[in-house]
Amino acid sequence: MSAAPRVVVVGAGEAGARAAMALREAGHVGEVVLLGAEAHAPYERPPLSKAAIVDDEPAFPAIAAAADLAGRGVEHRRGATVVAIDRAAGEVALADGGRVPYGRLILATGAEPRRLAIPGGEHALTLRDWGDAARIRRHLAPGARLCVIGAGFIGLELAASARARGCAVSVIEPLPRPLVRAVPAPLAERLAARHRAEGVDLRCGIGVASIAVERDGEPFTIALTDGTTLGADLVVAGIGASPRVELAKAAGLAIDNGIAVDGAMRTSDPRVFAIGDCASYPLALLDGRRVRLESWRNAQQQGERAARAIAGDEPGVAAPSDAVPWFWSDQYDLHLQIAGLPDGAAPFVERPLGDGAIMLLQAAPDGRLLAAAALGPLGAVARDMRIVETLIARRARPDMAALADPATKLKGLLR
Amino acid sequence: MAGNWVDACAAGDIDQEDVIRFDHSGRTFAIYRSPDDSYFATDGLCTHEQVHLADGLVMDEIIECPKHNGRFDYRTGAAKGAPVCVDLKTYPVKVEGGRVMIDLG
Repeated sequence: MSAAPRVVVVGAGEAGARAAMALREAGHVGEVVLLGAEAHAPYERPPLSKAAIVDDEPAFPAIAAAADLAGRGVEHRRGATVVAIDRAAGEVALADGGRVPYGRLILATGAEPRRLAIPGGEHALTLRDWGDAARIRRHLAPGARLCVIGAGFIGLELAASARARGCAVSVIEPLPRPLVRAVPAPLAERLAARHRAEGVDLRCGIGVASIAVERDGEPFTIALTDGTTLGADLVVAGIGASPRVELAKAAGLAIDNGIAVDGAMRTSDPRVFAIGDCASYPLALLDGRRVRLESWRNAQQQGERAARAIAGDEPGVAAPSDAVPWFWSDQYDLHLQIAGLPDGAAPFVERPLGDGAIMLLQAAPDGRLLAAAALGPLGAVARDMRIVETLIARRARPDMAALADPATKLKGLLR
Repeated sequence: MAGNWVDACAAGDIDQEDVIRFDHSGRTFAIYRSPDDSYFATDGLCTHEQVHLADGLVMDEIIECPKHNGRFDYRTGAAKGAPVCVDLKTYPVKVEGGRVMIDLG
């Protein structure tokens, strides 16, 4: 009998694929089986709202070629949909009737786009996977009219990409401004202004009442809550996503806004881990408060963390994660980065970065740097954001007035 | 071998532990000055998503891509983990008369 357990990973997205590969880097010698419902090699999702829409024949953004996975001894099974977890037997059941035994299980089931709960809401497409992107792109010929519902990251990135294709774009957002939850108001307002300058009909503070198809020669008629209507050739909803927790819930694992895990991504069952969009984990930065993050970096880091815990056979409950949440978005030539979790209600100090870019920084009452966000050209934003992220990770208490002064070289604060 | 040495910049154009971009003949390079005052050169674009590395942060012997924080050892070009798995090409460098020269081969 082999000493190293067989690890089965459910979900071959960013988190699952990185976990499978990181297991080898962490020294795991047992079998690794990666189960993905899709027919593709594992791929990166960030390009799906950008190059996969803008380019007529986009490159497939593979995380790892089949040969890379095979070379690491990862058995990737495509079209393998898991329908149940049998914790007592240590097996997962597949839709085709097959069963796969595990010694350790990693759930990387991701999140499901929310559907519009309005009459005709089912006519709005959503953007989550490679097939969704291809379907949307096919409808976006120059001059086509796209209506995006929801001014979140996916909606705004899709709007910018559709403008690059020469489409007429409207964006409907029920809240008073875009990106209310994640982005400090001054940056969100700059982004909104840029979209309007690019010709996007961005309407905030207004809801969608219904969507009708094939009415009076219009493919789609969108009725808004102010009584007006919009015609469109395509409707896409970007109104957030819910963690896919059904498998975990049915198996009796603890759920708390996602599959609840410790700082090593271990669920309430020590043989089962959960990572990525489906998992909620305690963050040291927030004094151990539990968060669920939908981001590329988060998926990677959690995949790597679970892999280390499994390869190292770490016992007990792990302390809250010392990760710093980090996120980016690209819209037109504007690059947005966020480190930490900004609190929209708390004050910011502003640091000008050059080339019209700005950074907003936020400290806790005790002076500890908590979060930063910056918007501008990539070259003006990235370096300082990386330094600030490092300061946040170090629990630094920098002089906020010095941070706001563009004459202060941030790199000097790392010494 | 004679090489194909090209004058890239003045030695003082690069701060210690920093990087600049150098474009030549339709190609783009990154030239580094290490904390111990040695000079190195690599291809200028990250192997992950074709972003200029010169916009990234140099810490000790590591250059981090500005976009997704892919990390490379700029002395050897070695990729240092996800998301980058393809190494950077490196080029010989010498400093002569206060000028940084790189050998494009």
